[in-house]
Amino acid sequence: VIRVVLPAHLRTLAQVKGEVELEVFGAVTQRSILDALEARYPMLQGTIRDHVTQQRRPFVRFFACEQDYSLESPDAPLPEAVAKGAEPFLVVGAIAGG
Amino acid sequence: MSNVRVLVGTRKGAFILEADGKRQKWDISGPHFPGWEMYHIKGSPADPNRVYASQCSGWFGQLVQRSNDGGKTWEPVDNKFVYDGTPGTHKWYDGTPHPWEFKRVWHFEPSLTDPDTVYAGVEDAALFKTSDGGKSWQELAGMRGHGTGSGWQPGAGGLGLHTIILDPSNPKRIYIAISAAGAFRTDDAGATWKAINKGLRSEYIPDPDAEVGHCVHHVAMHPSRPGVLFMQKHWDVLRSDNAGDMWKVVNGNLPDDEGKRGFGFVVDVHAHEPETIYVVPIKSDSHHFPHQGKLRVFRSRTGGNEWEPLTKGLPQQDCYVNVLRDAMSVDSLDSCGVYFGTTGGQVYASPDGGDTWSAIAEHLPAVLSVEVQTLP
Repeated sequence: VIRVVLPAHLRTLAQVKGEVELEVFGAVTQRSILDALEARYPMLQGTIRDHVTQQRRPFVRFFACEQDYSLESPDAPLPEAVAKGAEPFLVVGAIAGG
Repeated sequence: MSNVRVLVGTRKGAFILEADGKRQKWDISGPHFPGWEMYHIKGSPADPNRVYASQCSGWFGQLVQRSNDGGKTWEPVDNKFVYDGTPGTHKWYDGTPHPWEFKRVWHFEPSLTDPDTVYAGVEDAALFKTSDGGKSWQELAGMRGHGTGSGWQPGAGGLGLHTIILDPSNPKRIYIAISAAGAFRTDDAGATWKAINKGLRSEYIPDPDAEVGHCVHHVAMHPSRPGVLFMQKHWDVLRSDNAGDMWKVVNGNLPDDEGKRGFGFVVDVHAHEPETIYVVPIKSDSHHFPHQGKLRVFRSRTGGNEWEPLTKGLPQQDCYVNVLRDAMSVDSLDSCGVYFGTTGGQVYASPDGGDTWSAIAEHLPAVLSVEVQTLP
């Protein structure tokens, strides 16, 4: 089970509290996690990554195991701790705007 | 007795104000979608409980919310606005080509007859339509495909398609306006479009009376006279008596602003008097606050040229708020109510056509849009 932490606005939108737990089949990457997340919660489509380009929205970051994976390839494997559910995958709204 | 529902979009959420026909005691619900920019919220004329809301943020992009119960509960619907074909380029602020990129929905215009049909005006300027209640959106690409599109340039707020007017007498006729391209009209339900900017003069573009390039801020129409249009341009208030084919300036005695007149954002028409119109003059194209710190609505009962300031109940000193383009609306009770919202978070209402005003909400986030529904 993959654990995902969403920012507050997206938890409200998806009507979830706390962490989201997802089944991810195959390699655990940003893309496979987000595919599973959007399949479970279609209302999140377009809010984390662009509908068409599938690129991360500029003010959204991806953290895990105290590292920033935002600039890594969306198909790069994430740490084993994320894949095993020991650590969550964090979707974070950047500190910007007002 | 009829009720009135005021749908207010702000920088940090949506608010819904309701009152009975006396319009004296208002109940406020909200914030709905707190923390999100709510550019526009509008109900269907065919089913007033069907309401569409544009919700967006710099972090998470665009969402579309739909309510089937007058804004008590909401459900997110499709938020995928994809330009038809290869988007191409428009002009950037510095004149260089810039790719068309979807940013947000500025305005929803529900069909006059079908609650599931809605038009959406978006930034970068384009017109989208849903016919299934928001489950999917398709671009009416003929609008953006108007031959001048590559030369359109954004206004300070972006290249937004902000005004959509449906002609109640002709389902195939739609008017739209874009900052800063100008006004356009289709007579074939959106397949082809004609620029309708003759008579506009804008000294901030190289050819002041060019076919396109004018920063039209808003356009209003009375449903009983769909060929008569009133425009608030970057400078100048104008009217057209032939569906936009020709415009004439009707600034008249609006406040003098160092030799010019008629800067502002909103324009609207009285519900029962098609020659009675309202504007809120704003000082210059950079100050963006009322003249002399006095918040005044100007009313013309002659369709322009002769204006009277309406001040009773509005702050007449030290007031430096703005009133944005979609932030004025009217109800259709016997004594027409007029409503507007400010960037200072006030919503003012007049139950008597503008003679007297009071704040029906005072401390909201900056108001982006105000729409009014008159309910049976």
